[in-house]
Amino acid sequence: MSSLASALQHHFADFKQQKESAVLGMWSFLVQEVMFFGGLFVTYAVFRSQYSHAFALASGELNVNLGGVNTIVLICSSLTMAMAVHAASKGNRGAIALWLMLTILFGSIFLGVKVVEYKEKWDHGFIPGISDHGLFVDHETHQPRPTGFALYFALYFAMTGLHAIHMIIGIPILATLAINGLRGKYGPEYYTPVEMTGLYWHFVDIVWIFLFPLLYLIGAHGAH
Amino acid sequence: MDATPHHEEHHGPSVKMYWAIFGALCVLTIATVLAAKVDFAQVMGNESMGGFVNNIVALGIAFTKASLVVLFFMHVKYENKLVGLAVVSSVVWLCFLILIMISDYLTRSSDWHLFS
Repeated sequence: MSSLASALQHHFADFKQQKESAVLGMWSFLVQEVMFFGGLFVTYAVFRSQYSHAFALASGELNVNLGGVNTIVLICSSLTMAMAVHAASKGNRGAIALWLMLTILFGSIFLGVKVVEYKEKWDHGFIPGISDHGLFVDHETHQPRPTGFALYFALYFAMTGLHAIHMIIGIPILATLAINGLRGKYGPEYYTPVEMTGLYWHFVDIVWIFLFPLLYLIGAHGAH
Repeated sequence: MDATPHHEEHHGPSVKMYWAIFGALCVLTIATVLAAKVDFAQVMGNESMGGFVNNIVALGIAFTKASLVVLFFMHVKYENKLVGLAVVSSVVWLCFLILIMISDYLTRSSDWHLFS
């Protein structure tokens, strides 16, 4: 009981007020995150409107199967995260740790697939400034790439990279929660850290929900 | 910790609901891949409108998926109205950002076409 009492900060009247403040505060952070990613999305919109053909062509170089599998993997991780929050609200120690470990597992699979994809782009020379020989000349036909082709890959790495950084930050937080959950720190009265991390994790899933069609699928209906 | 049965019950979605949302998200993911393979320009016989329809379908599905995640996985359907206002404000501000930026570029030169 003493650990539960200490979970209530002295400047809040009760747990309900403390929780409402945390939820609104977390959402304020996420609104800021929307604008943070929004800058990249609007840059994408502006340049895609100018170089729509080059963007569709460059998009065709991505692996739709890997992107699609990763989308499902991330949805799985969102489900397990929601289950973890549910388990935390019931104070079920083992279930909290199990669902969080599964969330970490799916998150790691996603990042692993991303590494495979990035390696493929490296081999093809699609990484601006690092391995960029494929961005200007098509090595199969020896034709020059259209203007905007390199720009698409600059945006691809900026957007998926920022998304991946968010996931890399999330995984150690999930691990910490799993350990604390196992130690019985969360129960029906207080499980705010699990719920707030859940909001963050779901937000990262939403960013990918938009990135997948905008990056992977714009060349799918035969721009070639 | 004594499990006090009278404490405020959390009115969140049920486990069954989570699985239903998960299923809907998977179906919509497959739908967006299939829809992207359809060339609406050919279906409609209209080159400029076709690309536009492809984009509207893709973004419509993405927005539907995002709404499901926000409402159920992120519990916004069950939170107070202030949280809902914060969520809506993010969409409103993002729209300002996109609309003002795009309207600037679209009115500068005839070379710019929105998502065609």
